[in-house]
Amino acid sequence: MKVSMRVNGAEKSGDIEPRVLLVDFIRTNLGLTGTHVGCDTSSCGACTVLVNGDPVKSCTLLAVQVDGSEVKTIEGIAQGAALAPIQVGFHEEHGLQCGFCTPGMMLIGEELISRIPNPTDEQIRWAISGNICRCTGYMNIVKAVQHAAKLTATAKEPAGKEAAMAGGGE
Amino acid sequence: MFPAAFDYAAPATLVEALALLKQRGDDAKIMAGGQSLIPMLKLRFAQPALVIDIGRLPAMNGIARHNGHLSIGALARHVDIERNADLAWLCPILVDTVHWISDPLVRNRGTMAGSVCHADPSGDWGSVMLALDASLIARSESGERVIPADGFFQGPFTTTLRPDEIVTEIRIPMPGGPAGGAYNKLERKVGDFATVAVAVHIELSGSKIAKAGIGLTAVGPTNIKAVAAEKALIGHEPTEEVIAEAARLASEAAEPKDDIRGTAAYKKDIVRVYVLRGLRTALGRAREVKA
Repeated sequence: MKVSMRVNGAEKSGDIEPRVLLVDFIRTNLGLTGTHVGCDTSSCGACTVLVNGDPVKSCTLLAVQVDGSEVKTIEGIAQGAALAPIQVGFHEEHGLQCGFCTPGMMLIGEELISRIPNPTDEQIRWAISGNICRCTGYMNIVKAVQHAAKLTATAKEPAGKEAAMAGGGE
Repeated sequence: MFPAAFDYAAPATLVEALALLKQRGDDAKIMAGGQSLIPMLKLRFAQPALVIDIGRLPAMNGIARHNGHLSIGALARHVDIERNADLAWLCPILVDTVHWISDPLVRNRGTMAGSVCHADPSGDWGSVMLALDASLIARSESGERVIPADGFFQGPFTTTLRPDEIVTEIRIPMPGGPAGGAYNKLERKVGDFATVAVAVHIELSGSKIAKAGIGLTAVGPTNIKAVAAEKALIGHEPTEEVIAEAARLASEAAEPKDDIRGTAAYKKDIVRVYVLRGLRTALGRAREVKA
């Protein structure tokens, strides 16, 4: 069966069996291995991708279900060589150790900030409640998302104000 | 894990979907969000010859009030209920419940109607449908049928839906007087299936309970409507004694089994406690409503 979708802004297509899961299409057919397979039973969130902007488990979706959709994977987060705010947040706040859950956590964080620009601790914890991390104890992931939210808000400030803040020596 | 091979169709219209379903009947499985079906396909518990994906049919995801009832389209996702500002005051039990359903990722794809039709005895919506006295609207090539939730659940993963029918809508009657509901769920960790959960809904007339609905989750082969407990409430003032008796009767209606989530005796007692708590919350909410 022919499927086509926009993945990280580029048109991608393939000829696959209907039973192929989205995660396998992304990893095997498209070679984008940043999307991980953790539990393979819809429990861990390591396979999180955004479909039409919504975080979903790509191990629990058929590739044919998202035919014609917009898909974003972890590879689509950075703009060229520049890290995205969510990546800076995880870097600065030590939001990862082994890194296995990180692609999912970052996509969840980015989507949350797009919906709720200044999320509370509780909102972040509920947002990542479908994503399991066995290293960090989640504390630094929460801080990383908050860090990214601040960066995103700052980037949106008018230039004059931003300069004033920079001058303030934050 | 891969599902066993199947054919896949994504009809463009409901009419097309119904024709295909009529033709293939028992060989086919309807998929909306796929959040229950796909795990079952992967485990090969389900091996349909054909999956009919209705997930992208147009105009079936609305949530609206019509002629005394709340209409929820079959493709309304859990997240659509979660973020609907009107439901928070129109029918707060729905918002209570939705937060307990799996996790945000599953709620972004899964649908209420799909979950009800899946008929997992541990499913949360089934009990809420029983408590609210909801109905399912089923369409087939031979027409439309209104199926009350009471009686819909026949056994684990088994309902009275016919092989040629698709549920297109869920209808929840809007209360005639001050009303309130609550959903309480005990789970081992966020997103887990219920150890026990209880849905309660009451409607007041003056100082007395005019209508009562109690649905029990994960304590039997289906979601259970605790009929004797409901009867013990209807027509009575909601005193602590009346509530305690209803809780005792609901606990008797539960048929749990010992498993990794707890013993049967423990689960029966949780039913009692959650009916008590749920009724107190529901009464508080009903009394807040200006009749």
